[in-house]
Amino acid sequence: MAQPPLDLPQNPKLAGNIAHFAAALRRAGLSAGPDRLILATRAVEVAGFTDREDFAHTLEAVFVRRPEERATFRQLFRLYWRDPRHLEHMMGLLTPTIRDVQEARPPKPAEKRAAEALLDRPPAEPQGEAPSEELHIDASATASGRERLRTLDFEQMSTAEIAEAKRMLACLRLPVRPLPTRRLQAATSGRVDRRATLRSAMRRGDLHELRYASRGIRWPNLVALCDISGSMSSYSRALLHFLHAVANRQGPGWAEVHAFTFGTRLTNITRHLRRRDVDAALAAAGAEAQDWEGGTRIGDALHVFNRDWSRRVLGQGAVVLLVTDGLDRGDPENLSRAARRLHLTARRVIWLNPLLRWDGFAPRAAGIRALLPHVDCLRAGHSIAALEGVADALSRPGDEGELQRLRG
Amino acid sequence: MNSIDEVQAALARQDYICGRALATVLFLALRLDRPLFLEGEAGTGKTEIAKAVAASLGRRLIRLQCYEGLDAASAVYEWNFAAQMVAIRQAEAIGKAPPDLFGDDFLIARPLLQAMRPDDAGPPVLLIDEIDRTDAPFEAFLLEALSDYQVTIPETGTVTAPAPPIVILTSNRTREVHDALKRRCLYHWVDYPDHAREMQILAARAPEAAESLSCEVVAFVQRLRSEDLFKRPGVAETIDWAKCLLALDMIELSPAVIADTLGALLKYQDDIQKLQGSSAKRILDEVRAELAT
Repeated sequence: MAQPPLDLPQNPKLAGNIAHFAAALRRAGLSAGPDRLILATRAVEVAGFTDREDFAHTLEAVFVRRPEERATFRQLFRLYWRDPRHLEHMMGLLTPTIRDVQEARPPKPAEKRAAEALLDRPPAEPQGEAPSEELHIDASATASGRERLRTLDFEQMSTAEIAEAKRMLACLRLPVRPLPTRRLQAATSGRVDRRATLRSAMRRGDLHELRYASRGIRWPNLVALCDISGSMSSYSRALLHFLHAVANRQGPGWAEVHAFTFGTRLTNITRHLRRRDVDAALAAAGAEAQDWEGGTRIGDALHVFNRDWSRRVLGQGAVVLLVTDGLDRGDPENLSRAARRLHLTARRVIWLNPLLRWDGFAPRAAGIRALLPHVDCLRAGHSIAALEGVADALSRPGDEGELQRLRG
Repeated sequence: MNSIDEVQAALARQDYICGRALATVLFLALRLDRPLFLEGEAGTGKTEIAKAVAASLGRRLIRLQCYEGLDAASAVYEWNFAAQMVAIRQAEAIGKAPPDLFGDDFLIARPLLQAMRPDDAGPPVLLIDEIDRTDAPFEAFLLEALSDYQVTIPETGTVTAPAPPIVILTSNRTREVHDALKRRCLYHWVDYPDHAREMQILAARAPEAAESLSCEVVAFVQRLRSEDLFKRPGVAETIDWAKCLLALDMIELSPAVIADTLGALLKYQDDIQKLQGSSAKRILDEVRAELAT
């Protein structure tokens, strides 16, 4: 292919400007490494530098890698190439402007919000009344203390008990049944793998043995939707601790753990859960979700989840863990519709409702009645023992928990 | 194709109407020999681009449809084991040495290998469709194949493409594709077209539709995309719908006919339910009012 004459070498200033532009993009949170820069320079060489719009499209094709990044890029492009001489000035102005534009694009703004949130209010560390510390430390150190802690309601735990409970939660397992895949794997029995058999025959010179292959297994994804409204706060924190442990466990288990929090709006905190340190992870998640201990609109949250996320995270047979007390302030009709849609797209919906810890619990609230028909399993999840029950529920496919009793 | 304008014009001759941004990316992908990564909602014409590019360049289109569990054997090559066995048995029966069992006679070339082989018409267009359906191991494998444009067959050696094929990857974004793969590519998000472009597309794809009907159809669909739907209708749905209306001999929209043909536009029962009853009429009235101004 004949290359057109290049107009760039004559214009070293342009190359320099692209480099500065890339630096600005990096500051705005896009990944514009040296390889991108080289590609951008080549792309501009090829496309020519005649039309401003083409130039924008060219750079966009190189630097943007996600739809969310487009708004940032365009804003930056408009600001930067208006008058590149004022670069220093721009760099100063840039960051706040960008933050306005990309409300939805996490890393940088989240960090800023994290800082704000941390100054504003202490992060997700539940502060119980902590009556007499020594006694509880004593109690939790013994086996019977642990046993007591297992069944103790998260809401009634003291600070020391919570600390111990966190350690126990971190050891808790959430076993799951693997799913068969289409991908074949070498095995000792199963169907004959003709490819491997013949290849080994060629290597040995004669047909020595048959090789087999069979369907492999894969692990499903877990998607947790966690209510963080005021009525749920002590449970959701314990639950997030538990999810952090599940998400960071090595070895077989869930392929991916996605977590969302909702109160008045839905927040994806998956990325924060991947942090190794549980306190750092929860602090970041707490800062990202701005609606801790506020009101609840479950229907809206589920609707937003269905629209924006369900196709992306429920694609490969994911199990949904819905953690909420079901006390909704929105329209029950709306909630019922969203829950039905969620139920249709998920492999299984497991509802953890801490209200179930009361013996006389009856589904009177409209939100609870709206949710009931659209879940596969309902359990309490208010204590460590209850969470162990959830683990049971996952390993038995037909388990319904208390659903039967409540549906009457 | 020596300029962005030429790319746009060449695609238009294949009835593919694309915007300036997409033409620019395509031009760059052709010039820089980079794979092109197209992401966007279903039905915005990502797969069609590959077909249009292949047709306008006169190249062969090789399509690799991705699915979960896709492995190297179905993507690159496979030995025809049955034929090999038969050849061995035959050779035994007549007491001669078996033929070369790992020659071209027994090799089944799958899309990736086909794309690497020389082609008289020039490097083919390799369409890797719906990459978001595969799993991580295949993505990693693809990364290697696309960086060197070569695949290795242990028995015969490495096949290197004489000239890099034109690679177009598409994704519906049902999951995030790994950054390492995206880094190799030029990226473009294929958006829904605006009113004017969708009119052009409809004129190219359903030329028998009258201007007035097309105008209403496009305006209605555009308006529908701003509604709160589970799955918004794509361009493909617009074309389907226009064809449905033509088949019914409709010359203009009416709430009744919309209700009857909604299945061509919306593919989820929830969405259809939402549009039934007074909603369709309300939207239609709004669209008409807008067109009248």
